[in-house]
Amino acid sequence: MIEAIEVFFDFGQTPALRGASVSIREGEILAVMGPSGSGKSTLLHCLAGILVPKSGEIRLSGTRIDTYPESERSSLRRDTFGFVFQFGQLVPELTAEENVALPLLLGGVRRNDALARAREWFGRLGIDGLERRRSGELSGGQAQRVALARGLVARPKVLFADEPTGSLDSLTGELVMELLVTAARQDGTTVVLVTHEPRVAAYADREVVVRDGRVSSLTPDLAP
Amino acid sequence: MSVPLTLLGLLEREPSHGYDLKRDYDTYFGRDKPLAFGQVYATLARLSRDGKVVPGEAEPGDGPDRKRYAITPEGKEEFEAWLAEPVTPEPHLQTVLFSKVVLALMLGRSAEQYLDTQRAAHLRRMRELTELKRTDSLIDVLLADHGLFHLEADLRWIDMTAARLPSLARAVAS
Repeated sequence: MIEAIEVFFDFGQTPALRGASVSIREGEILAVMGPSGSGKSTLLHCLAGILVPKSGEIRLSGTRIDTYPESERSSLRRDTFGFVFQFGQLVPELTAEENVALPLLLGGVRRNDALARAREWFGRLGIDGLERRRSGELSGGQAQRVALARGLVARPKVLFADEPTGSLDSLTGELVMELLVTAARQDGTTVVLVTHEPRVAAYADREVVVRDGRVSSLTPDLAP
Repeated sequence: MSVPLTLLGLLEREPSHGYDLKRDYDTYFGRDKPLAFGQVYATLARLSRDGKVVPGEAEPGDGPDRKRYAITPEGKEEFEAWLAEPVTPEPHLQTVLFSKVVLALMLGRSAEQYLDTQRAAHLRRMRELTELKRTDSLIDVLLADHGLFHLEADLRWIDMTAARLPSLARAVAS
């Protein structure tokens, strides 16, 4: 489905990825683990077309996407990929439903249709009643569920989640992961989940560990 | 904690007297519970009977400890199989994890590989418990949580140990 092949990436003089390779199957939920500074978030950014590798390839359903110009990578990020980050990164001036509708609005969906589709997610993620609130009026767990809805509203093929529960307490984090995994499984969404927390990684089908910019698979024999 | 397997591991470094084995065992593995001399010799006798070690010629001198024991190919095989096998993930297994790491380092084996195998075993168990939580009653969820948090504590120790392997290797070698 999506794969990185021998990817190298440097931040200035500092190498972040040194020949990282990973392959994620369609509908699979993969946890990318590793210590701070190991390169796991950089790998996610390369897979998602946010960063362009210095060398190596990123392929989506067999097609190279790292050679796409920025405009095409941007469309890919908007139409094919969804994102959830550690801090929801909601736009504070917009209401919760406008935040969720954002990827649809940017993709050219008419405002009323986009808002209607956005509202469907509030019930699904147990945050109905919060549609008109602004991000400052939401708790951490509510804001993260709004961010999750925004990541999933355009029915992405791949959802990239970078420490999606990092700012939440254990119970709220568990709820967000439960919702994320249930929604992804129902829709057949492939998920790349970056986390340093084993309890979060345990929601995935499989895990890999990034160390010193390379990927080691812990469970080749256990892969489904 | 398996005393026979630990003694086999210590013997894999070099043939040793019972006294040396007791000293090294107590230094690394028996700080809270030193090994009795009687247990060392009883264990060596059993290992010898089972073909895992062989006693050398009695050396001249005083005292009972005059034989140097060496590991046999069968003993070596048993020890290596044990060392490579991940421990069943359950709470309170740190002592076994710890012993495996120290022995691997002592013998110049890949402790990192062992830690990776153990990490995978832990995460597999955590996935099973997480799946249970998604389907079972709240009481089972509580039990699963208890297991998950303990396994997570082990994993933190595994990660910390993996990060410290180079300096640990120097400490064990000195």
